[in-house]
Amino acid sequence: MSGSGAQAAHTAMDYSDFLRQWLTVVIFGFLALGMVGFMLGVGSLLRPNPGKGGTYQGQKYLTYESGVDPAGFLWSQTQVRYYVFALLFVMFDVEAVFIFPWATELERYGTFGLIEMFVFIVLLALGLVYAWRKKVLQWL
Amino acid sequence: MTGLLAAAPVLAGLDPPYWVETLIKVGVVALLIPTTALILGIVFLFKVMSWMQSRLGPQEAGPKGLLQLLADGVKFIQKQDIVPDAADRFVFKVAPMVVLISTFLLYVIIPGSPNVVVESLDTGVFFALAMSSLSVIGILMAGWASANKYALMSGIRAAGQLIAYELPMVLAVVGVVIQAGTLNLNGIIAAQADFKIGPVPFPFFILTQAPMFLVFLAAAQAELTQPPFDMPVAESELVGGYQVEYSGFRFLFFFMGEFATAFAFAAIASVLFLGGWSIPFVTYDAADPNNFYHSWVFWLIGPAVLFTKIMLVSFLIFWFRFTYPRLREDQLQKICWKYLIPICLVWVSVTAIAKVVM
Repeated sequence: MSGSGAQAAHTAMDYSDFLRQWLTVVIFGFLALGMVGFMLGVGSLLRPNPGKGGTYQGQKYLTYESGVDPAGFLWSQTQVRYYVFALLFVMFDVEAVFIFPWATELERYGTFGLIEMFVFIVLLALGLVYAWRKKVLQWL
Repeated sequence: MTGLLAAAPVLAGLDPPYWVETLIKVGVVALLIPTTALILGIVFLFKVMSWMQSRLGPQEAGPKGLLQLLADGVKFIQKQDIVPDAADRFVFKVAPMVVLISTFLLYVIIPGSPNVVVESLDTGVFFALAMSSLSVIGILMAGWASANKYALMSGIRAAGQLIAYELPMVLAVVGVVIQAGTLNLNGIIAAQADFKIGPVPFPFFILTQAPMFLVFLAAAQAELTQPPFDMPVAESELVGGYQVEYSGFRFLFFFMGEFATAFAFAAIASVLFLGGWSIPFVTYDAADPNNFYHSWVFWLIGPAVLFTKIMLVSFLIFWFRFTYPRLREDQLQKICWKYLIPICLVWVSVTAIAKVVM
């Protein structure tokens, strides 16, 4: 919606449209923060705030474990499998960074770009096949 | 009303200063997000779900129970904000905010018509993918900070699922980007409007990118942790997962985040595959100021067209949600890595070859 050349003159600020677009994004980030804060603020006025004084009910602040008292250490260790998926993810996510600029300009690169990217995609697919063959993708 | 209609061309011709314009946009989006969550919640979660499952659904609050969700919201506002003693207080409190903020930023790039958009960023789709992946951090924070075994398990599962399904989603988008040659959402819509194979017009990318559309829907569903991909919040084994320790408004934030994100994903899917605000066989010309799509009437029609398409896509998403049984954790990862990603890689290659050869 940013003003066309003739109409843009009346904005005194002299930054480019590009920066202005991202300024809007930043403003929206702060707006989101503001809105969330506003809702929590209104909420704190409306909801009961018994505090931890006279009406403190200790049981209410226990960790929930289906009604029994919580047992053991709560921040326990987890399976390494999720870690392997995270590593695989990094591999493919880097691909995404490279593939988007290529995808937008494919018409200009033509056959050359096509072959180059095929080499890249095949290498990545090999990575996936390797993980597959090593039974990393198998749960148990 | 007639006065408003008479004023509309004048309003459309106005070019207000940047700050005024931004304030208006901010106000509209701030109202839009709870509204979209309410619409999806009422129409699909209550009405369509009860209809599909042969039961009545909410009947009491308001006409035909339509105000039930508002009543629920009022209930949540009155609830005490409980932070468990064992929890990491700061992270626990911030986590739902992170989720909602990531939803919020998604709405920046969704175009209602060539002009009705907050900012038509040149990196549009990429920005949307980046912002939607922020919610993983919020969910992981919630799962960790709750100091609850269910929540921790759920946080890890959610992280594993969300990052895994982000890949098919990214690759599904790549297919469309290759065909359109731009990341800008308005640009993608314009490319769909005049895409032809020979003399035959193909007004929607879904016609050429059908596998990608299905993959995108599945990935969106997984990103929302909705059934059948709801292992992280499975109520029968993790009693709500990372949301288990939350009450009141912060719980409502997760709920709002989920449904507003569902709406945003449906909007992105309809822009990428169904032509967004464009009407089939009505030509779009970005350079011509007298083009129908630039007229002031389209400021109203465009969002309505987009909304119709969003409701169609949402119906699909929620249809799967209500009818499929939950996938096990290993099946869920298997579908992503062994089926969706290879399908995407193949289709990206096919699209690229077609683009260069044709």
